[in-house]
Amino acid sequence: MKAGQPDERGDRSSVSTHNPQLIAHNPFLILDHLDKHFGGLHVTRDVSLSVAKSEIVALLGPSGSGKTTVLRLVAGFETPDSGSVLVEGENVTGLPPEKRRFGMVFQHYALFPHMTVGENVAFGLEAQKTAREEVRRRVAESLAAVDLDGFEGRRIAEISGGQQQRVALARALAPRPRVLLLDEPLSNLDPTLRERTRRELKRIIRRVGITTLFVTHEQEEAFDLGDRVAVLNGGRLEQVGPPEALYEEPATRFVATFIGRASVIEGAWIGGREVRLAAGPVWRASGGEDLAEGTAVDVVVRPEGLKLMNAPSPASLPGEVAGRRYAGRVALFDVSLDGGGAVEVLGSPDAGRSEQRVFVALDPAGPLPRVYSKEKN
Amino acid sequence: MRWRKSHPHPDPLPGGEGVIAGALLTLLLAWLVCYPLLLTLREALGAPGWSLRHFAEFFHRPDEWQALWASLWISLATVLLSAAIGIPLAFLFERTDFPGRRVLGTLIALPVVLPPLVGVVAFLFLYGESGFLARAVRFFSGSKEPPWRLAGAGAILLVHAYSMYVYFYLFTRAGIARLDSVYLEAAAALGAGRARILFRVALPLLRPALLGAAMLTFMTSLSSFSAPYLFGGTFRVMTTQIVFSRLNGDNEMAMVETTTLAALAILGLFLLQRTEKRRSVAGTIRGAPPARRQLRGGGLVAVLGWLLAVFLLLPHATLLLVSFVPPGTWTVEALPPVLSLSNWAAVLSQTERLRPIVNSLWMAVSSTALALLIGFLAAWLALRRKSFWRGPLETLIAVPWALPGTVFAVALAATFSKNAPWAGRFVLVGTAAILPLGYLVRNLPLTGRAAFAGLRQIDPALDEAGASLGAGKWRRVTRVTLPLLRPALVAGASLAFITALGDFVVSIVLYTFDTRPIAIEILSSLRMQEVGAAAAYGVLLAVLSGAVFLIWGRREQAL
Repeated sequence: MKAGQPDERGDRSSVSTHNPQLIAHNPFLILDHLDKHFGGLHVTRDVSLSVAKSEIVALLGPSGSGKTTVLRLVAGFETPDSGSVLVEGENVTGLPPEKRRFGMVFQHYALFPHMTVGENVAFGLEAQKTAREEVRRRVAESLAAVDLDGFEGRRIAEISGGQQQRVALARALAPRPRVLLLDEPLSNLDPTLRERTRRELKRIIRRVGITTLFVTHEQEEAFDLGDRVAVLNGGRLEQVGPPEALYEEPATRFVATFIGRASVIEGAWIGGREVRLAAGPVWRASGGEDLAEGTAVDVVVRPEGLKLMNAPSPASLPGEVAGRRYAGRVALFDVSLDGGGAVEVLGSPDAGRSEQRVFVALDPAGPLPRVYSKEKN
Repeated sequence: MRWRKSHPHPDPLPGGEGVIAGALLTLLLAWLVCYPLLLTLREALGAPGWSLRHFAEFFHRPDEWQALWASLWISLATVLLSAAIGIPLAFLFERTDFPGRRVLGTLIALPVVLPPLVGVVAFLFLYGESGFLARAVRFFSGSKEPPWRLAGAGAILLVHAYSMYVYFYLFTRAGIARLDSVYLEAAAALGAGRARILFRVALPLLRPALLGAAMLTFMTSLSSFSAPYLFGGTFRVMTTQIVFSRLNGDNEMAMVETTTLAALAILGLFLLQRTEKRRSVAGTIRGAPPARRQLRGGGLVAVLGWLLAVFLLLPHATLLLVSFVPPGTWTVEALPPVLSLSNWAAVLSQTERLRPIVNSLWMAVSSTALALLIGFLAAWLALRRKSFWRGPLETLIAVPWALPGTVFAVALAATFSKNAPWAGRFVLVGTAAILPLGYLVRNLPLTGRAAFAGLRQIDPALDEAGASLGAGKWRRVTRVTLPLLRPALVAGASLAFITALGDFVVSIVLYTFDTRPIAIEILSSLRMQEVGAAAAYGVLLAVLSGAVFLIWGRREQAL
């Protein structure tokens, strides 16, 4: 395949990005069929992705999904078995990390503990042989950009975790890199600090306008920071798209259950946008248009796509409320189904009590369940 | 500060030159460490032919058996005695609090940094048959005969216990400090009394530390040379047996003895590595160390503690005093009648007397510098680049630690007394190069292990951060790796310098008159009855070693 025409095979969703033109015609960073083994472990499988200039893309996946390896392949800390990394049309796959002009913020920041904040930020500039006066000016400028004016003389051990995170960002940005890479940038902060730091991070990246690839295992973080989110599982890119597309039209069963809450019920596709559940009822569903009639499927349904009823109907599943989590105006019900299995249902807090007999049916106002062929997944 | 590994796969940075450099360094280390040992084994097997004749002779001679047995039982007895002193001391200093605990705790660890020969000579001056104590007894009893003789196995054991309890003391203290109080509290909550907690919980948790100390003591005792040499008389252990065989010109027997001792030591290393592996499992225990108990009658304990410290430091105080006794002035009196600076003036002003000091200094400095360079390179090549050479480099650099100094001295003497450049052999015996080379080989484990351990503690992400900021290899080594590694390297270098400066065991096999170091000069001063000069040299060694130790300690605290 030619450079500049990436084949986003990972992108199985019909919805692309918020600005498809930009992606198609102006890819700034391209990951082209990256493949990597560690010993016998296949950690990155044919990952292709293109990122537009100034776009922020989140690599989201559970631990062990290979997201950090993808980031390290881009940074140059690992060499791919096959595939390449291109930036501004230049193939950088064979370049060592120090020649790529990529900035990186490490998970534990990797701030040099023997240097001051100022020396840390100056490090990359000095490596570029920048004049001393210019280094001083740019260090001050970078620290000001992350609201740490005057922190030059502080020691790393003296500043808080949140401040360390911002110093790491300032250090990565000071040499004006082409691409910014972030490895779980917020995982090291305590939850109360995380949201505020995330907002600041977003503001700074937006202001600088730098092309950014960042790794996270937190869906909320990915959805908040990323223009697009790339979901990885078992080293494979499952889907790339804006948050809405991932949530509303997940391309695979994995994405459907990994993004947001969802329950899985077994059934068989009967065509005409309908599925017959193993327990008998027939439900409307989407995603099975290409499937042959009678194909065994997993029916993935969101809690807001279901409702609880007190009386049975032909299309309802009988069960018992096993648990109820109260969340203000709504509650999340765990329902044990009579035929085995369980589902989560969103409803008003008074829709059911613990151990109450209930009947679970589709909520016409909610999103339709999606089906995934059992063979494919 | 974050030192954690951020990624489970510290993959090598791209670059193939590491492979070649690793191969060259492995070759150099194999030549320095393995080659002499193999040549020794070869000579023991009757080179140029092949025969087990010398081994057969070894196993038929009762004096050889006795020396082997003596080495073993002296080492085991040393372990027991050292444990009996070191463990209670460790509990006293780590679990309780009393006035002066900190200073005392440091003072009683001091013998570990003093050259063994200095300790032995100091012991001689205090407890020997013409030492202070014996003179005092004779003075008060009016007897003409010395009340005792400091000789044989008992004397060796005494000196060993005096200098090696420190291992148990330090290891046990470290073990207690690492102990998580949660376990002790859990035991107490389950109704266990103090004794039950000690024997069922605390000691089993400390087992790896105690085993480590036991093995280290055993190995040190097995290698010990100064005490058996000066106090042994006709009582021989393997190290002295080797040197005497060489002196008697029985070179083949010396080679067999060397091989046997090396085999014994390697067995020891094998056992030690197994305990170290177990220790790393126990090392995962983290949490708050147990709180110190305020001792009732803390004042009394403090007084007893100070008395103990004085007792332990008394030999070195004696050494200092003797260094001020002018030659020939102290005959039958209990205390020296005259004190003056004449010994010091002689040692520090006469060219021939200064020479050993200058020799020891330049040889220690150059061997330490080289050992530091090789140690760092080995660790860097092995750990920073995922290298095939990691295993060979780390093993080679650790081998000299397991083998008694005598073994290496004899092996180096055998290897470098022949000129066969094509076989990697040059005549170095009798030149100024052989002693620094011997010190270098002995020092490799000290600097090497420090560099390996230090580098392992540095998060590889720091190097990667440097690379992502555009810094090349050289800049990353000089600006990131070396500054972070400095405390570990300084510690390793300090130990190496102290060891080389006070070395006796390698020197006695390899020295020449022109290259004689301080330890050899101490020995010849003693032989010439120049007790004051010997003491002055001893004090000088002790002060230099102590100063290096203290400077290193302060640096470490500052970082």
